[in-house]
Amino acid sequence: MQSNMSALERATPLIFIVLFVIGLAAPFFIYPTFLMKILCFGLFACAFNLLLGYVGLLSFGHAAFLGTAGYVCGWMVRDLGLTPELGILAGTLAAGALGWIFGTLAIRRTGIYFAMITLALAQMVYFLALQIKATGGEDGLQGVPRGHLFGLIDLSDNIAMYYLVFAVFCIGFFIIYRTIHSPFGQILKAIRENEPRAISLGYDVAKFKLLAFVISASLAGTAGATKTLVFQLASLTDVHWHTSGEVVLMTLLGGLGTVLGPLVGAATIVSLQSELADTVGSWVTVIMGAIFVACVLAFRRGIVGEIMALVRRAGIR
Amino acid sequence: MEIFGVPSALFGSQLLIGLINGSFYAILSLGLAIIFGLLNIINFAHGAQYMMGAFVAWIALTRFGINYWAALLLSPLLIGLLGVVLERTMLRKLYKLDHLYGLLLTFGLALIFEGLFRDQYGISGQSYDVPELLQGGINLGFMFLPIYRAWVVVAALTVCFGTWFMIEKTKLGAYLRAGTENPQIVQALGINVPLLITFTYGYGVALAAFAGVLAAPIYQVSPMMGSNLIIVVFAVVVIGGMGSIMGSIVTGLGLGLIEGLTRVFYPEASAVVVFVIMVIVLLVRPAGLFGRTA
Repeated sequence: MQSNMSALERATPLIFIVLFVIGLAAPFFIYPTFLMKILCFGLFACAFNLLLGYVGLLSFGHAAFLGTAGYVCGWMVRDLGLTPELGILAGTLAAGALGWIFGTLAIRRTGIYFAMITLALAQMVYFLALQIKATGGEDGLQGVPRGHLFGLIDLSDNIAMYYLVFAVFCIGFFIIYRTIHSPFGQILKAIRENEPRAISLGYDVAKFKLLAFVISASLAGTAGATKTLVFQLASLTDVHWHTSGEVVLMTLLGGLGTVLGPLVGAATIVSLQSELADTVGSWVTVIMGAIFVACVLAFRRGIVGEIMALVRRAGIR
Repeated sequence: MEIFGVPSALFGSQLLIGLINGSFYAILSLGLAIIFGLLNIINFAHGAQYMMGAFVAWIALTRFGINYWAALLLSPLLIGLLGVVLERTMLRKLYKLDHLYGLLLTFGLALIFEGLFRDQYGISGQSYDVPELLQGGINLGFMFLPIYRAWVVVAALTVCFGTWFMIEKTKLGAYLRAGTENPQIVQALGINVPLLITFTYGYGVALAAFAGVLAAPIYQVSPMMGSNLIIVVFAVVVIGGMGSIMGSIVTGLGLGLIEGLTRVFYPEASAVVVFVIMVIVLLVRPAGLFGRTA
């Protein structure tokens, strides 16, 4: 078993290199806006997975971070004339601050209560976004300019924009990867497996959970701010609980607690949605629900989890 | 006549709306608490089941001419039966896993139900007439009281207290409470716990459907009517804590009233006041007002 595990681990850098090359070449073969959407939601799902997959905390309010960062970034870039990289940074920081507030409140409870608290807090953010004038209410923030990166590179070109999104994704992904594989990440996993034991070993569990929550929220914010630049729009959809549910589905479908699972899940769901949107209309919700049910009942390891299990089994023979 | 500088008619009618909302919060959070007690699952589909309860009543009336009173019985039975089927075929498989999977499964089910009804009936609301017997209202001197609204409060509270009585004072209730404490021992004593669980889920779901029928003449019957309500009910549950049956009833009613008062004095905040209270309760008493630390 041990040698098979390491075989899988040895293949990991190779997989990353192949994916990186694919990522570099992709915009010349596939519609860039579509790819950018996948990368934004992929980062969003990876950030979410850091919390659910590695700390065992189900946040049902991650849309609040995606949406808030989108609004902050959109407002700063459009109305204050900030450059795009500063807009993304501002969105990330705003989401991190909001994450600190959410986290402080929600980690007072665990399990199901944690999920309900984050959902309720996110709904509060939704109502605020609906009522405050700065967010544009039902219209959202429209016509956010993509601007010039560092004041130099024109992002209205889709290919240039794509490479910015790709870079942002890679940085975010690297941060998550390093977090998971650091001593800090090991402690997070220990908390997931056995919280009382982690406490008895002398770890301040609440502090670790809070920090993980803030990292997750910040990166969800990075995804949201980037998404706003791509689509030049920040809207209520991004703060709605449907989006929070969607990111849970992406992570679950791709593979909970796997490094690449959320990206695979995001790519699958985004492709499915764009395929289905034209053909079946409101049945999209039904199909999403059905995938949810199927994942929970029969497919809990997710796509990447199943593949890893297959490889391991093949290795034994 | 004025109360705190607010015309008494406005004050009274907002308080009544608060009381009605509170009744719905109470009946829905009661259902959630009962289900959670025995199944350890938060039923995310509760809002969708409430919506379906209202739709069954509406379809029964418009398609088959079945009146309100029959629907009040028929709809909870039908939706409760659907709940029984869901429990037997799906939820049952998840009891050995992390409780979060139950939440995710019922969330998926909620999406399916809402999607199906939206596909069939669109997003615009359907209106349901107030039954003849309950039309009109009484002039109380300081305000006008529509009879149907008074009936909703009375009916919801009757069902809530009936449920409380059943759980606290009857033999079946004793089994249920024992099963909540320790299902293995109850099973060892020869009580059919799986059947008890199925019944409990069905009953909790039926409560949601009952609330749906009560709501049909007041709100528009629409596919999305449950999803926003259920999130507020989650906050109510967090505030009350799910440890006590009476606790959920009292918390639900109280929060409805507070929401109504907020609508009088500071309308902008009425949508978020429950969430703000949730934040305060989490800071002061994390286990909830009636919760046990777990």
